[in-house]
Amino acid sequence: MINNKTKNVAFNALVKKAIDVLMFPLIAILLGLFVAVFFVMWAKNLGFIDGTATLFSAIWEGTFGKRANFIETLVAMTPLIFTGLAHSVAFRTGLFNIGVEGQFIMGMLAAALIGLIPGIPAPIHVTLVLLGGLIFGAVWAAIPGYLKAKVGTNEVVNTIMMNFIAMNVSNYFVKGPIHREGSASSKMILESAQLYRFLSPSERVNVGLFIGIALIFVIYWLLWKTTIGYELRAVGLNMHAAEYGGINSKKNIILAMVISGAIAGLGGAAHVAGTIHKAHQLVGFTNYGFDGIAVALLAKSHPIGVLFSSLLFGGLNSSARILQKFRIPKQIVYIIQGIIIIFVAADYIYKWLKEKKKKEAIKNA
Amino acid sequence: MKRLIALIATLTLVAGLFAGCAKKEAQQPTDQTQIKIGLATDEGGKGDKSFNDAAIAGLEKIKAEYGIEPQIIESKSADDYEPNLTTLAADNDLVFGVGFKMADAIKAVAQNNPDKKFAIIDSVVDLPNVASYVFKEEEGSFLMGVIAGKMTKTNIIGFLGGIKFELIEKFEAGFRAGVKAVNPNAKVLVQYANSFSDVALGYEIAKKMYNDGADVIYHAAGGVGIGLFNAAKEMKKWAIGVDSDQAVLIPDKADVILASMIKRVDTATYTASKAAIEGTFASGTVVLGLKEDGVGISPTINPAVPQEVIDLANKYKQAIIDGKFTVPTKPAEVDTFQAPQI
Repeated sequence: MINNKTKNVAFNALVKKAIDVLMFPLIAILLGLFVAVFFVMWAKNLGFIDGTATLFSAIWEGTFGKRANFIETLVAMTPLIFTGLAHSVAFRTGLFNIGVEGQFIMGMLAAALIGLIPGIPAPIHVTLVLLGGLIFGAVWAAIPGYLKAKVGTNEVVNTIMMNFIAMNVSNYFVKGPIHREGSASSKMILESAQLYRFLSPSERVNVGLFIGIALIFVIYWLLWKTTIGYELRAVGLNMHAAEYGGINSKKNIILAMVISGAIAGLGGAAHVAGTIHKAHQLVGFTNYGFDGIAVALLAKSHPIGVLFSSLLFGGLNSSARILQKFRIPKQIVYIIQGIIIIFVAADYIYKWLKEKKKKEAIKNA
Repeated sequence: MKRLIALIATLTLVAGLFAGCAKKEAQQPTDQTQIKIGLATDEGGKGDKSFNDAAIAGLEKIKAEYGIEPQIIESKSADDYEPNLTTLAADNDLVFGVGFKMADAIKAVAQNNPDKKFAIIDSVVDLPNVASYVFKEEEGSFLMGVIAGKMTKTNIIGFLGGIKFELIEKFEAGFRAGVKAVNPNAKVLVQYANSFSDVALGYEIAKKMYNDGADVIYHAAGGVGIGLFNAAKEMKKWAIGVDSDQAVLIPDKADVILASMIKRVDTATYTASKAAIEGTFASGTVVLGLKEDGVGISPTINPAVPQEVIDLANKYKQAIIDGKFTVPTKPAEVDTFQAPQI
């Protein structure tokens, strides 16, 4: 009897915790969709019911409703898993690695370069491509990480600058040594360097998706089941307390940046090796790194959450084209994403205010 | 939390009130013809006042004549091309890819959909169900070079490119060759903005060129060119437009625009659609140059351009049409280019 009761209490606490964690993201998503309905009504001159029906049927068709669109949802989701995870690791260590974008680009470049080396058997070539992306991304993130730890320069500013350097370095190679005549991209990587497309060669979803999903669990294990993860999170919660507890915070800052960059670079390499098979000449940023910020925020920097939030953002990106087919402006999708981010950010502000109130109450007591 | 829920509930109720007020969507004109047309833009998207808008203009004409409402999807990035074209191919009989960057995507999607027709602008895709439309931008740009070479007082002329693609280099090569033909002493300053949309950057580069002594600048840079026109207006210098008749599209800058190099992308989309409707669609490459009226001088020419300059440009035009000489397509070829005396 007693045993049953404690079980019940534990279960209730778990449910309460789950609601507590999921409440804000869910409200954010619902409100985002709700506001979007008004824009659909406005754009299409429809009533509320019809507007809702149009929007939801378009989003449904664009995400899961049709085989081709579902595949594109998974394709759009894949790079976001990597960049979302990269941001999560940095956030957990109290860092803001805006450079995920640049590290992703360096990963793409590595894959485009290594993918052209002839005469390597397929399994080794693919591994080399992914490893190359991982190393390029890790090195690219290690530089601002080192500067942050040793000199104390702000990682946000440095990584933003590294993004631009990455874009131009990539363009140097794509326009120069590996340029394909008459195109705005590099030469196609060799077949031996391509990730397996498991449905059919013309359907772009590839093994990169599974690598991403596997990585989610690896990062979860790393952060919560190992000493390294414990130290990273301790530095993220309170650097000085961690230092007091004997944790080398400088080492962990560099380590977090390297892990974050390695994930981003691996994502870039998987994107080239699996989805596009070449590197584009970049007119602007790919935005996968920046979308990853939103993915990580919505997931509350939790690896498992990244799985769902990347699916949501990937699905929304993929449904942008179906909305246009229904003659709804694609910007509606960005409005939905924007509102979700605002509400998730509002959650953080809400917590911060609560915390502040608590502190003041303690002070006054 | 309770307050938030109350707020949502209220909003829902208010929205419900509005529900009845909105008008029903106007009845779409029913398609008389059975064919459906789709078009995917590049990253420039709708409203770029140049390349993509020109392509869409051709389909608007089709809509007016045949009542076919085109499906248009804008691409957010190069990664979007392939899924966008696939989506369009699922619903339409003829699908356009606007821009040479879509060549790979068109090739892949056309191979996957052998029963559908495709058309690509600015690139050649060699497949039995793809029509390719390419332009001789260098020929039109050559004529702009002739006008610029004759109009300059300082003997310094500017070329403002978007991104250094081979396609844009054709504009540069043709323009410089045109200047060289009529004014070998003139120097052409060349700069690429590495963007097709950064207006502020276009303004900055143009101002630098004007300060360095240039008095005529030709652009092949999409939205960046708007910045050029702003700088020209401010400094009271000349500018030359591209792709569309820009003096008409941007009337408040018409007084500084000498002329524009017209590229009839609308003719390409119109002709291909018409052929598909009438059942005469043929694959292969269509090259549109001066001869085919695919490129040329805009109807609007600034009154400041003397008649003899226009006549000279027209003489060169005739010479090119008659095949008396070929305009170089690569900047490196300009150095060895010798224009015939006319």
